[in-house]
Amino acid sequence: MDLNEVKRLRMEALDARVKLIREIASFGQGHIGGSMSVVELLTYLYYHEMKIDPKRPDWAERDRLVLSKGHSGPALYAILAKKGYFDESLLSTLNQGGTRLPSHADMTKTPGIDFTAGSLGQGFSAAVGIALGQRLKKYDAYTYTVVGDGESQEGEVWEAAEAAGAWKLGNLIGFTDVNGQQLDDYTDNIIPMHHLKERYETFGWHAVEVANGHDFNQLEAAIKEAKSVTDKPSMIILHTIKSYGYIPGEGVKANHSMQISKEKAEEAIEALFAREEERE
Amino acid sequence: MRDTSTFENYKDAVVAAMIDLGREHDDVVVMDADLSSCIGSTAFQKEFPERFYNVGIAEANMAAVAGGLSSVGLTPIIHSFGCFASRRMYDQLFISVGYAHRTVHVIGSDPGITAQYNGGTHMPFEDIALMRQIPGMIIYEPSDARSLYSLMIQAYESGKSSYLRTPRKGVIHRYGEDVEIRLGKAITARQGDDVTIVATGAYLVDQALKAAESLAGKGVGARVIDLHTIRPLDEETILKAAKETGRMLICENGRYAGGTGEMISAVLLKAGVPCKVDFVNVGERFGEVGSLDYLATTFGFKAENIEAKALALVK
Repeated sequence: MDLNEVKRLRMEALDARVKLIREIASFGQGHIGGSMSVVELLTYLYYHEMKIDPKRPDWAERDRLVLSKGHSGPALYAILAKKGYFDESLLSTLNQGGTRLPSHADMTKTPGIDFTAGSLGQGFSAAVGIALGQRLKKYDAYTYTVVGDGESQEGEVWEAAEAAGAWKLGNLIGFTDVNGQQLDDYTDNIIPMHHLKERYETFGWHAVEVANGHDFNQLEAAIKEAKSVTDKPSMIILHTIKSYGYIPGEGVKANHSMQISKEKAEEAIEALFAREEERE
Repeated sequence: MRDTSTFENYKDAVVAAMIDLGREHDDVVVMDADLSSCIGSTAFQKEFPERFYNVGIAEANMAAVAGGLSSVGLTPIIHSFGCFASRRMYDQLFISVGYAHRTVHVIGSDPGITAQYNGGTHMPFEDIALMRQIPGMIIYEPSDARSLYSLMIQAYESGKSSYLRTPRKGVIHRYGEDVEIRLGKAITARQGDDVTIVATGAYLVDQALKAAESLAGKGVGARVIDLHTIRPLDEETILKAAKETGRMLICENGRYAGGTGEMISAVLLKAGVPCKVDFVNVGERFGEVGSLDYLATTFGFKAENIEAKALALVK
């Protein structure tokens, strides 16, 4: 990827993070950790990869994304708002009664959400159904889906994986967001989810490991590799940092859902900008 | 409409409806979880190999995959035994179908005691109650081959999700061309003014009619309502019968809690219709293994028990 494109994507991701932190702060608390860990992935997909048209969210032949870890909805809302699926002012209605932006992604409420999720494991199955349907309808389209490492403790994830492998869904590209943490603790202290690459390969998938899921070049290489395999679904295992970019939550055990006041949000955004400047 | 008089089993009607819907509508897909040869959808697979998916023994996944297929403009008809088609895939039906506003048609075969030799683990008595908690879902349990075929077609045409309770084996040809079969409209299978017997499904409608015949010999006029559609409930027919007979016995091949009897009682109470009510159902019991006859006797589903309960209401 050329340097300017990387720079552009990084700017969009930074802007998405700022909007996401303010979105959660508008309500006072929310699923910051798992939202922040997928910002680069969602930015890359929506700004660089997916065949979409924000003016036609119901376009039948579009690429689709199922955020199976539906509690990361706030991250997707920030991206969808930036892309023009709805007005950015909606972001400050997160979780308020009557909002179109509920804590968990809901296709009946939000333009651009391709499937409802929240009961973990189900979105992954639905994504398998969507990819199968696209193939049956002969659409030249991909289905992307994002599952959590904690979510992968659900048996349904593996039921879906075995079906997608058996049906050789080459138009299905999954991502496991291995941020290493779940609600109660570090995943290793609950039920460790290791050897995911080998597990998916055993289930008939092509699997790619990405050492830094926040690096656009690594994301690009993995997705290119996935698309070169047309007779198998692909799983891209992303090693990420939970709460990455919301610095007060980084390295903190209880960062699944955090209380964030408006003042705290602005401090965190300032700290994030300072760190980004240092990186430049 | 297809000639349904040649069907030798309920499953023949189910598969004929699948195939006819498949021929008419290219959005229809059929899924099963390793019980395809039990219902006979292998015939659909033969005609439409690209529109049939066997997900293996993974019912929960099947329901959510069906939700996904529905979001690409396809209409899945999914089958499993009723125990798995309700309890095993419930959260998926609730969230990925109901809550997500998808349209999926669920066939739960061998409801209640018709599970017979598969025994208590396979005997769904609670599926009616569970499906009643999913807003908008149609629930139906036809009592003969023609109504089964016709109501499956109508359920598809409604555009809403549905749950079908039907046995696979055996068949009754009860209704001819002269009887109107309409989803949501109960059939008054026998007239009578002393007591109303409401029944769902082939076995209990049969036993109710048998009981009514015997009651007639004792000078008691029993009206029999075949409530083939449990939701939406035909309140008009129910309330009319309650007003005219003042006594109602509600029979279902299921559990009291959340079931048809409880639902109708609430309707009567809300409408302020004075009516003595009693029930035939399995109450608080789990299922067990045995022949249809043994199970029907055990759970009080036989005509003799229905007659005795109806008589007690009349006294």
